[in-house]
Amino acid sequence: MEPIILFAPLLGAIIAGFGWRLIGEYAAQWTATFLLFLACLLSWAVFFSFDGETQQIQIFRFIESGTLAADWAIRLDRLTAIMLIVVTTVSALVHLYSFGYMAHDENFREGEHYKARFFAYLSFFTFAMLALVTADNLVQMFFGWEGVGLASYLLIGFYFRKPSANAAAIKAFIVNRVGDFGFALGIFALFFLTDSIQMDIVFESAPELAQTNLTFLWQEWNAANLIGVLLFIGAMGKSAQLILHTWLPDAMEGPTPVSALIHAATMVTAGVFLVCRMSPLYEFAPAATAFIVVLGATTAFFAATVGLVQNDIKRVIAYSTCSQLGYMFVAAGAGVYSAAMFHLFTHAFFKAMLFLGAGSVIHAMHHEQDMRNYGGLKDKIPYTFWAMLIGTLAITGVGIPLTHIGFAGFLSKDAIIESAFGAHTGVGTYAFWLLVIAAMFTSFYSWRLIFLTFFGNPRGDKHTHEHAHESPMTMLVPLGVLALGAVFAGMVWYGPFFGDHDRVNRFYGVPAHETVEAGDAHGEEAAAADDHGEAAADAEADAQGEAHAAGWTPGGGAIYTHPDNHVMDEAHHSPAWVKVSPFIAMLIGLAVAWLFYIRDTSLPRRLAENQRPLYLFLLNKWYFDEIYDFVFVRPTRWLGSALWRRGDQGTIDGFLNGLAMGVVPFFTRLAGRVQSGYIFTYAFTMVLGIVILVTWMVLS
Amino acid sequence: MTSADFNILLPEIVLAVFAMAALMFAVYTGKDRTAPAILWATAAIFLVLALFIGINGDGAQAAFGGLFVDDAFSRFAKILILVSAAAVLVMSHDYMAKRDLLRFEYPLLVALAAVGMMVMVSAGDLLVLYMGLELQSLSLYVVASLRRDSAKSTEAGLKYFVLGALSSGLLLYGASLTYGYAGTTEFAGIIGAATAEDLPLGLLFGLVFLVSGLAFKVSAVPFHMWTPDVYEGAPTPITAFFATAPKVAAMALFARLVHDAFGGITAEWGQIVAFLSVASMFLGAVAAIGQRDIKRLMAYSSINHMGFALMGLAAGTAFGVQAMLVYMAIYVTMNVGTFAFILSMSRDGRVVTDIRALNQYSKREPLKALAVLVLMFSLAGVPPLVGFFGKFYVLRAAVDADMAWLAVAGVIASVIALFYYLRIVYYMYFGEETEALDSGMAPTQWALLMVAAAVMVLGVVNLFGIEGPAAAAASALVD
Repeated sequence: MEPIILFAPLLGAIIAGFGWRLIGEYAAQWTATFLLFLACLLSWAVFFSFDGETQQIQIFRFIESGTLAADWAIRLDRLTAIMLIVVTTVSALVHLYSFGYMAHDENFREGEHYKARFFAYLSFFTFAMLALVTADNLVQMFFGWEGVGLASYLLIGFYFRKPSANAAAIKAFIVNRVGDFGFALGIFALFFLTDSIQMDIVFESAPELAQTNLTFLWQEWNAANLIGVLLFIGAMGKSAQLILHTWLPDAMEGPTPVSALIHAATMVTAGVFLVCRMSPLYEFAPAATAFIVVLGATTAFFAATVGLVQNDIKRVIAYSTCSQLGYMFVAAGAGVYSAAMFHLFTHAFFKAMLFLGAGSVIHAMHHEQDMRNYGGLKDKIPYTFWAMLIGTLAITGVGIPLTHIGFAGFLSKDAIIESAFGAHTGVGTYAFWLLVIAAMFTSFYSWRLIFLTFFGNPRGDKHTHEHAHESPMTMLVPLGVLALGAVFAGMVWYGPFFGDHDRVNRFYGVPAHETVEAGDAHGEEAAAADDHGEAAADAEADAQGEAHAAGWTPGGGAIYTHPDNHVMDEAHHSPAWVKVSPFIAMLIGLAVAWLFYIRDTSLPRRLAENQRPLYLFLLNKWYFDEIYDFVFVRPTRWLGSALWRRGDQGTIDGFLNGLAMGVVPFFTRLAGRVQSGYIFTYAFTMVLGIVILVTWMVLS
Repeated sequence: MTSADFNILLPEIVLAVFAMAALMFAVYTGKDRTAPAILWATAAIFLVLALFIGINGDGAQAAFGGLFVDDAFSRFAKILILVSAAAVLVMSHDYMAKRDLLRFEYPLLVALAAVGMMVMVSAGDLLVLYMGLELQSLSLYVVASLRRDSAKSTEAGLKYFVLGALSSGLLLYGASLTYGYAGTTEFAGIIGAATAEDLPLGLLFGLVFLVSGLAFKVSAVPFHMWTPDVYEGAPTPITAFFATAPKVAAMALFARLVHDAFGGITAEWGQIVAFLSVASMFLGAVAAIGQRDIKRLMAYSSINHMGFALMGLAAGTAFGVQAMLVYMAIYVTMNVGTFAFILSMSRDGRVVTDIRALNQYSKREPLKALAVLVLMFSLAGVPPLVGFFGKFYVLRAAVDADMAWLAVAGVIASVIALFYYLRIVYYMYFGEETEALDSGMAPTQWALLMVAAAVMVLGVVNLFGIEGPAAAAASALVD
């Protein structure tokens, strides 16, 4: 079943990409979509029937070279199972959605075939993403990692006639390359130290790595921390974290379904997945995880501030994505991998829906993307409006405080914020405050988007507004399905992801649980007490700790938490004000948004004029692009053109041209002159030759 | 002299008797009217003898007290000589018949030259060497001026004769010096006298003169001067013959002499051969660039190729000899194909040798143009064609023998040489529109062109198994 899930999208990509001339474009689209739905269905079946036991399904021998040996195998554990449903569900829905969205695209000429190619790319992306999440060794994962990068490049640049799209595609590719370099170095380091790229072996040797030192860049490092940071650099590139985030907003040049699938729900979360997958390693790398927390929190804050002032509807959501990814990294860095996966899971639903909703708005408004030209669309496109509203409620975290009832984002985001607080470390507290502020900003920009788009009076081109129309069913059905997820995913899966310790362990197939119950009476007692109230959880955690020490090694379940890691329990015991704070932040954001965009619409302009430097700072995304342009792009260009003009054209070409057009012809003419046609010249040459040879032989 | 000795010499005797008998026959019967029949018969007997040698030969035998040696090496060379001579005869028939050149002496002289060449490669003694060499040379002087009414052809023949006499003089001088210092003309005896520890200066002089005489035959620089003029002046089929079989024979004789007679002083002659090799490769590459006449161009091309073959020899190892033999076999095949095409180049029945006449040839004759393209690329040594493997072989031999500088020089020379091969391809595919060449081509020429081109492509699989026999031949010569 799992191989079918993995290879059905590849088959779809091949058929749609190479076979559409034979079977027709329409059939190709349907084939790809059908295969994706098949994979989706099987993924859900796997998810529900999965018992938590890690399995490896061999497919073929991948690499055999010296001591480097690896199978192409599917590693099926809880993490994979979660990712499978996330990837295939969103992908299947996006395929369906694309029927409507890509039906008439003005970026292509009349009669030009582009749809089958689009579907082929989407399916290929899905295959690569599945290869990534099912990987059983790091090289296989790297294969998927690069595959999604390629698909992302192809899809961002799908409108190949637009120079901006091409530039964005190249930017995405190159920025990711920087991250990939770190990732590759991390893999090399792991292979160097453990002589294997197999996940199991790497995990088992994690405690050992923590004791090892490695020389890198003329300095001694702790191996676990170094590898953790290197791998995280890869994750930073793929998941658009600060420093390497600049490609993500530009990636919105791609068609909107692409943004929903790749740049919101799946590919960008690969970094989070990587950190969770490598949890046994990160548990032994405290410096690396602290770095992750700081960077994640800062990204969440940074992206949220930038999102406040963007006017392009897709860019707002893009920065929102960037910000939410920061949240996930905070959770992962704090050691609550489960919460990170939880947010990844719910975020996939509501963010994909927000993007698809935005696509629906853009579709309705004839590819107008500036929110300043929207307004009052609530009645023109009611379904889209409701979907977007649900998405906004989910992302801003609406729910009933101190209970487990609320939209998906309410549960998962609050889990992360509590985890940050529960870490009880300097970086944790830093992250907590930044995340709360970011939550306020999130609420503001999300509601701003809703108010600007759907409420108020129509602005912009009157003609466009009059012709605004609701999208076809193929686009609305995915919105509806995702809306279900956005509403219920949090409530339904709160227990397994962020419930009590036992439940989470069982969910992830962590074997410690049995050890506790079987071996340790105290542990059993504590676990029993835990069911009644959370008061005993501390004791239970201690027992768990002993069990860890006695029993299991990293790599037993899908995720591993160090015996000393009690962050999740700490998070459950955070004070009430901590638990309520994100909700209050959300209310503040909502209120301000309402004030600015419903009550008095002149306020934003006045504020922007008052605080012009700050406004420009945010509008220009903290000037990251400009700084990079100055620091990296221009010097590189200068170097490139210097090497080209002076090095290549001047020196190398000059040398070779001089040789080919000056020296060789000179000798050619000389040889021609010697070949005089007179026999005495020839005889003389022969005699000369023999004189030279004899002289040489005698002298040497 | 026993019958066993004659048995070993059988192929040579058969060919010589055939040549003389056919000469008598033709003179007393229809003279030139019998020429076609004699030509076909000669070609056939060449092939039969090649087959006979290939099947019958086994081990190493010496006849007449070591004067004449029959071993794997000589058999390899003889087969190559006979087959290439047969190919040249076959493809020249049409050309000569059309231009009223088909005299009965032509195939017979070629046959006698072949006898000389076979004696050369089997020589075990300086005198036998000289005998074979002269028999071959005298025949070639005559065929070079076969077209008596053409000033160019006679000039070519005369130049060849005078310079050939000079080279023979050098060779004989070297032979007498060697005899003087070694006390014998037998290779087996010379090798005992020519040792690295105690090398008389006279023997060294003798070596240099002998090598110079042979360098003339393989047209290695600086003894190459006759080549372009003779190639250009001689009728094209004769040029084709010059470029193939005699080159193999001279190269094989070269190898035979330096290894059998001077195998003890590899380092000494290695230097000379390396010098000849580098000079030939570079001159062949550089001088050909200025040529517009395809026959002159092929002359320089062959000088260049001889440089590469000598590189294998310069290595002084068994592998070097093997590389040289493989290289020569490939070289001969490429040249047969190329000359088959050159023979067909004509406009309104008149011979054309200007390469600019090939402009836009691919438009009119796509298949032939493709075959020529393959041959040109192969001559230039472009991978993956067989010509590349030939070059690769000799380069490897040089590198293995710690002569990396020689290999580097070879690579640079081959880059320069690439230019003129590519120019022909350029004219064929991208040149300006000019008057068309005649489209007709004799079936034999067409077949040889296509076969040679196909061999260049298909041979990449295993070089048609030539490596094994070449290795066997090399080990027969060098132990």
